[in-house]
Amino acid sequence: MKFGVVVFPGSNCDQDCFYAINDLLKQPVEYIWHKTTKLDKFDAIILPGGFSYGDYLRTGAIARFSPIMEEVIKYAKGGGVVIGICNGFQILLEAGLLPGAMLRNTSLHFICKYVELKVENTATPFTSDYEPGQKVRIPIAHNEGNYYIDAKGLQSLKDNRQIVFRYIKNPNGSIEDIAGIVNKEGNVLGMMPHPERSSEKDLGSSDGYPVFTSLLKWLKQKSIKP
Amino acid sequence: MFQAEIKITLKKTVADPQGLTVKHALESLDFKGIDGIRMGKFIIVRLEAKDQAQAEEEVAAMCQKLLANPIIEEFYFEVKKI
Amino acid sequence: MVKAEVYKALGLSDSEYQKVEELMGREPSPTELAMFSVEWSEHCGYPRSRKWLKLFPQTGKYPSLVGEDSGGFILDDLAIIFKMESHNHPSQVEPKQGAATGVGGIIRDIFTAGARPIASLDSLRFGPPTEAYSNFLLKGVVEGIAFYGNCLGVPTVGGEVYFDESYSGNCLVNAMSIGIAPINKIARARAQGTGNAIMYVGSSTGRDGIGGCSILASAEFCEKEEKRPTVQIGDPFTEKCLIEATLEMLSTDYVVGIKDMGAAGLTCSSAEMAAAGGVGMEIDLDMVPRREEGMEPWEVMMSESQERMLVCVKKGKEEEITRIFEKWDLHGVIIGRVTEDKMVRIKDKGKVVAEIKSEFLANAPLYDMPAEKPDYLEKINDLDLKQLTLPQDYNAVLLKLLASPTIASKEWVYEQYDHMVQTNTVVLPGSDAAVLKLKGTGKGIAATSDCNSRYCYLNPYRGAQIAVAEAARNLICSGADPAAVTDCLNFGNPEKPDRFWYFKNCVQGIADACKSFNVAVVSGNVSLYNESPKGAIYPTPTIGMLGVLHNLDKRCTQYFKNEGDIILLLGETKEELGGSEYLKLIHDQVAGDAPALDLDKEKALQNVVYTAIQQDLVNSAHDCAEGGLAVALAESCISNKDQIFGAEIKAIPSEIRKDALLFGESQSRIIISCSKDAAAKVQVLAKQEGVACLEIGKVVGRSFKIADLINLPIEQISESWRNGLTRYVK
Repeated sequence: MKFGVVVFPGSNCDQDCFYAINDLLKQPVEYIWHKTTKLDKFDAIILPGGFSYGDYLRTGAIARFSPIMEEVIKYAKGGGVVIGICNGFQILLEAGLLPGAMLRNTSLHFICKYVELKVENTATPFTSDYEPGQKVRIPIAHNEGNYYIDAKGLQSLKDNRQIVFRYIKNPNGSIEDIAGIVNKEGNVLGMMPHPERSSEKDLGSSDGYPVFTSLLKWLKQKSIKP
Repeated sequence: MFQAEIKITLKKTVADPQGLTVKHALESLDFKGIDGIRMGKFIIVRLEAKDQAQAEEEVAAMCQKLLANPIIEEFYFEVKKI
Repeated sequence: MVKAEVYKALGLSDSEYQKVEELMGREPSPTELAMFSVEWSEHCGYPRSRKWLKLFPQTGKYPSLVGEDSGGFILDDLAIIFKMESHNHPSQVEPKQGAATGVGGIIRDIFTAGARPIASLDSLRFGPPTEAYSNFLLKGVVEGIAFYGNCLGVPTVGGEVYFDESYSGNCLVNAMSIGIAPINKIARARAQGTGNAIMYVGSSTGRDGIGGCSILASAEFCEKEEKRPTVQIGDPFTEKCLIEATLEMLSTDYVVGIKDMGAAGLTCSSAEMAAAGGVGMEIDLDMVPRREEGMEPWEVMMSESQERMLVCVKKGKEEEITRIFEKWDLHGVIIGRVTEDKMVRIKDKGKVVAEIKSEFLANAPLYDMPAEKPDYLEKINDLDLKQLTLPQDYNAVLLKLLASPTIASKEWVYEQYDHMVQTNTVVLPGSDAAVLKLKGTGKGIAATSDCNSRYCYLNPYRGAQIAVAEAARNLICSGADPAAVTDCLNFGNPEKPDRFWYFKNCVQGIADACKSFNVAVVSGNVSLYNESPKGAIYPTPTIGMLGVLHNLDKRCTQYFKNEGDIILLLGETKEELGGSEYLKLIHDQVAGDAPALDLDKEKALQNVVYTAIQQDLVNSAHDCAEGGLAVALAESCISNKDQIFGAEIKAIPSEIRKDALLFGESQSRIIISCSKDAAAKVQVLAKQEGVACLEIGKVVGRSFKIADLINLPIEQISESWRNGLTRYVK
């Protein structure tokens, strides 16, 4: 299964994502420079964390218009799998591939720490290796993780079971403690916590790893189907 | 040459903890009677345009497409010939 | 004859100006004068301190690398590059940008050596957080470090934060950074090869920070001076792009040498690169990308605009370099060539505006400063313990110490730093040292920064030795073997003999201690003139030390792990309270002598603990420092917020005063927790090395008890410690 990690100027978790896929999941993975206008055949695309374009104007606002994003949008609309982690999630929101927007943490500080999440939906390609309602420890590191969506949008998320992860103790003011969501079709995941930072026990927790193993299983299954 | 002065703030329906913090800070410096504070961005754009109408159209499009996020922000602007 | 007020405004003394005229054989041009003033400033040229720095050992247990701007040691086929640098004066003036650009500057020194930056640490010192301005500085500095470091994607994994009145008028921000490179990919900061290109890469040049090193960093703070324009503004996004572009460039074979444009900007980088390579260079200022109009040549030469570097590129390869930088939207332009003569020649609009022999600039005059022991010191050292009343309530004393900002939890600080990016951090902030894994090797490195400046004030030689010993001890507690040292020497005005006496003695102390531990001092920085109308800061020789974990699995942390574990105290407790937090906080005195230090005993202790950890006998290890034994025990109970434990310490047989027993800061002591079987084995190891080892209690229950002196619920201990700093900043 071929994975791609998009690199924007200012991305800084690209190497961590690459390592998780290459060294831990042991799958082929390539970096995709943001100026690329053509996506080769990838089975999954990752938009990594960081400070693309220095978070200028609004986090993810400028990266959203990078040449590669037109391809990513086409890819996602065509059913391709996309994971946006932290800044990647913010870019997916700006691009409209996921509903809602990110605001600054209510504490007005950057927060880096391990948090406990509840896995709300295990019927997605990204969470099938978890138990429903499982509590997991995955770290956050962000300035803008305060997820916002209007009442109508929130109802729609609930109706379509799009909420995937919730904070058990809300660290940033995020509405309904939302930490991660998928789109209606279920092929695009956005999450603020960093699964690539909790994929090895010696880093403190490997609770993030099932995000990748679930996806690999799902991709393999999909490729068998006629 | 035209110059646009653009103000972008969070929508009133969105909480503004920065505004609140700044309000408290001012109150602790004995400024009284502050009813509320909203923080925002101020952007100055100088651009070439055929006329005032075209300049305003351009600036509105810039705000809608990039400068403001319509989910959480609203914008106001003034365009002057310079 | 250039007017005195002109060269004095630039920071040059009469004798320095005379020297300039002597060397040049004529009156210097305005640009030349500006160049001398920055290169010869204390911050850049080290005229007053250079002589003493030669005492530091440059070799040690691990093969060392000492380069022009940074240094490191070799581990297998990796070069571990690290350095610490100060940005005190700018941070005092504008804390967020001062700290941010401090981080930016030190990280540039790392990647210009060819090493990818993998971690940062910060040693910070402020006046008490109850003082409005110090509180403002604390918040600003932490925000600045977070702002810059997080955006760069370099995890900030450790450091220290101290609060003391001596820093009220002059805070200290010492930024340390670590990088790794394959040993054959290290870059040098020198120009060579006549005809090779001199290229400018990075951000454009403006008027930022002009005079930052010669004026701001080389003078005391006065009551009413407007120094704001001399603080630079940092752009971490540009620097992130610069890191990637530079490492990409260095992976080619086209680079002869590279140097960061830091303090004194283009002047420093051109002169020092030329001098280091034994060559000359000619630079055309018209080619320098500018972001402001009408800049004079001396302004371009003195500018401290951030995120710029000077590169010596093989002739014919310049376009390749430009291409790499333009990919990252950065400038990459030719501004000059290496010449045969040894002159640094600067042209502006076709005319030569400066022509100086590179070695004149790069070799600031050496001064022999007079040093005199301050006469107040003897009186201060005279502490009669018998005059100190014993506390009535030891519980209250412990809670007060735990809640004091210097000792209290620093979680509020490090939660603002991304300390996990790059997925190498296996021991997170909150233990004695940070531990990073070296992917693919099974090994790791540990890093810490330490200095108790109050000890240095009371006894500079021994206080400085203690800083080295403590750093090594912290690394040992993490399971690492101390490898090499960087230092950041922060002192007052060196023209005052008592300040210089402190400087000299601290340097001597560090040198002797490093030789004893067999660790090289591979890099470092000196920051002088740290004074304000309130006086000089305490002499603060900050030590940054790295250690090696040859097997990453054999790492250790400071917090208790299991109910029922035995607690052992290794080392001797003496009846000494000099320089202690307890003496200051409870008795309101800064007096006595620094605690005693016997380097042989310290090394024996470290050997025992290191061996014990290697043999998997140790569940937790924590050294006794500020606040003494009681505080160290409390920290071992509570510092892991996911699981706190109680402890019961039985009466420790001792003749000494109870307050000295609990809160005295005797050196060379480590607390270990282990299983019953392991405890017996540790006792054997200790006996072999002649190290005192006493079983003092158990990890048990929900109370914290020490003999009949202390008995508190563990939750109360935890709360005091956790709120100690946060109550001043929220």
